[in-house]
Amino acid sequence: MKIKMEHGAGGEIMERFIKEIILENIHLRNAGGIGLDELDDGATVPVGEGHLVFTIDGHTVKPLFFPGGDIGKLSVSGTVNDLAVMGAKPLALANALILEAGTDADMVKKIIASMDEVSREVPVPIIAGDTKVVDDKIGVVIATAGIGMAEHPISDAGSKPGDAVIVSGTVGQHGMAIICARESIKFESEIKSDVGPVWNIVKSVADAVGWEHIHAMKDPTRGGISMALNEMARKSGYGVEIKEEDIPVSPEVRAAGEMLGISPFDVACEGRVVMVVDKDFAEDALYAIQKQPNGKDAAIIGKITETYPKKVVLETVIGGKRFLEPPIGDPVPRVC
Amino acid sequence: MRTNDILSAYRSRDIARRILQSIKKEAEKLSRPVKFMHVCGTHEDTVTRGGIRSLLPNNVSIVAGPGCPVCITPVEDIVKMMEIMRLAKESGEKITLTTFGDMYRIPTPRGSFADMRAQGHDVRIVYSIFDAYKISLKEKNLVVHFSPGFETTTAPTAGILESVENDGVENFKIYSVHRLTPPAVEALIKAGTSFDGLIDPGHVSTIIGVRGWEYITRKYGVPQVVAGFEPVDMLAAIYTLLKMINDGEVDIKNEYTRVVKYQGNTAAQEAIYKFFRVSDAKWRALGIIPNSGLELREKYNWIDIRSRYNPPTPSLPDLEKGCICGAVLRGYALPTECKLFGKVCTPETPVGPCMVSYEGTCHIFYKYGALI
Repeated sequence: MKIKMEHGAGGEIMERFIKEIILENIHLRNAGGIGLDELDDGATVPVGEGHLVFTIDGHTVKPLFFPGGDIGKLSVSGTVNDLAVMGAKPLALANALILEAGTDADMVKKIIASMDEVSREVPVPIIAGDTKVVDDKIGVVIATAGIGMAEHPISDAGSKPGDAVIVSGTVGQHGMAIICARESIKFESEIKSDVGPVWNIVKSVADAVGWEHIHAMKDPTRGGISMALNEMARKSGYGVEIKEEDIPVSPEVRAAGEMLGISPFDVACEGRVVMVVDKDFAEDALYAIQKQPNGKDAAIIGKITETYPKKVVLETVIGGKRFLEPPIGDPVPRVC
Repeated sequence: MRTNDILSAYRSRDIARRILQSIKKEAEKLSRPVKFMHVCGTHEDTVTRGGIRSLLPNNVSIVAGPGCPVCITPVEDIVKMMEIMRLAKESGEKITLTTFGDMYRIPTPRGSFADMRAQGHDVRIVYSIFDAYKISLKEKNLVVHFSPGFETTTAPTAGILESVENDGVENFKIYSVHRLTPPAVEALIKAGTSFDGLIDPGHVSTIIGVRGWEYITRKYGVPQVVAGFEPVDMLAAIYTLLKMINDGEVDIKNEYTRVVKYQGNTAAQEAIYKFFRVSDAKWRALGIIPNSGLELREKYNWIDIRSRYNPPTPSLPDLEKGCICGAVLRGYALPTECKLFGKVCTPETPVGPCMVSYEGTCHIFYKYGALI
């Protein structure tokens, strides 16, 4: 078998590939907490009273610079967010840079400056790194690993019936910004990627309602909220019911989506979190998120139910119902 | 963004709810369950994406007819096009084949155009025939556009043929598998598919007008409504059909007046019939339908690739065993009634054509997770 784009697209093909080619050939897959088999955003290692959370993310995006960010901002944010949605305060990052020979040094400097900016914003230090230069046509690839500490690790499987589902801002911004940049599609107001760290949002909710009332979290990257909600439904064994009209979508993303025939629900966010919260604390959680500068468009979009287990049911704008399925293939490849 | 403002009324929850109330009232008056058919992939998209079936009373159902030109393109024509490419290659002529992204992946017993590319043939995906024509102007080799589509797509084909004729472009040819929609509806009625009302496709009607559909009502007593593509358009069409049935009215109405005119686009009609003549034609899984195909007129035969290469057409089965695309295209069944649907047959591993095309009912059901 040869590796095709589909093997990295996040769908069933990728899942089978990870299971058969990777998981089955690694024998030690767990360090006492959440391990490789869970395929969560990160893994945990119990340390004393707390849990060390460990994650890594490889970043490859075309174009390297896009409205709202670049691969540097993406790599630090992506790893910080993988830690954050596990309920972990980011402690430190490590970076591996793989560069194609001939890459402009000033451009690399700009990418590093973006990484630095996000690292100071969180704040999380970048304390280790590695650099390789190759003569293959790969552009710039960045792998970022991160560790964090969680007093109460949160998986993406912990939803309970009745819980509220919150999304921290407008969806589909990153994916749609990338495709518009690639296809040179211009709108009156440019679509900007939402790329950015969400640790502040997670922390604000934990401070407001307590970690124990956040039952599940996920950052809806590849495959957008369609993929994230389906994974959360499948892993918890419960259903998710959401209302289309409550899902925040910016007018320009909506317009681009209609023009391109791509649903904003199916494309990546890079600065959002989908949070499942005990319903009695949902309003407080929402209020806490909305007070954050990157959370003002947050909304409660639905709830966890026992009907339709492992499925996501969407109530459409006109009140009809259908399943929200994970996207077919990859509507926008190489976004993160 | 302005388009969104104009269309907001057609997506309004309040307006949709009010029409739904009226639909329920009319449905209560029905003496028997009714079935409405549409013949358009985009209508199916609106119905399934909006979850419209889940909103309708139990005695009102919507079925999809043959509304997907790529799905009904005969296996024989796809295979013949492949044979043409092989013949050309053997005789030392390089052909660039262009077609649409869904056509490219349609399976046949002898493979797909995608398989041809894997074997080293030059097959390219285009978004319109115009893109194909531009390739022929830029590159010297022979460009053949494999051209499926109903009236809506035939109009731009005719537009390009106008340029081919005027500029005397020698290296651009087409393989027409264009089809006409009303004759297919007529054939379904004659073959015994029964439905109580027809929702006419807005795009096709933009070209042929309300006029192009009138004879279906006159000859077969079927009420019709020409409809647009927003959720409210579909609901309004359903309501209008119910009202006509309850009032005993047999007529054709136009809900999509913001686009469709009674006489249609007469300039487009003239262009189409300048280049094409009507012929009997095969539809995949539906058989030969009288007067439903468009072939280039003799005068323009030189633009038809078959005037240069004409290998014999093999006789092949339309569908794989177990695939019910035929019943889906006739409006007899919904994809969820198929044993293969979503299990063996998915957009990644399609068995039948209706799972491949963006306009195919099975693809749409899978993509939007239809809840019946």
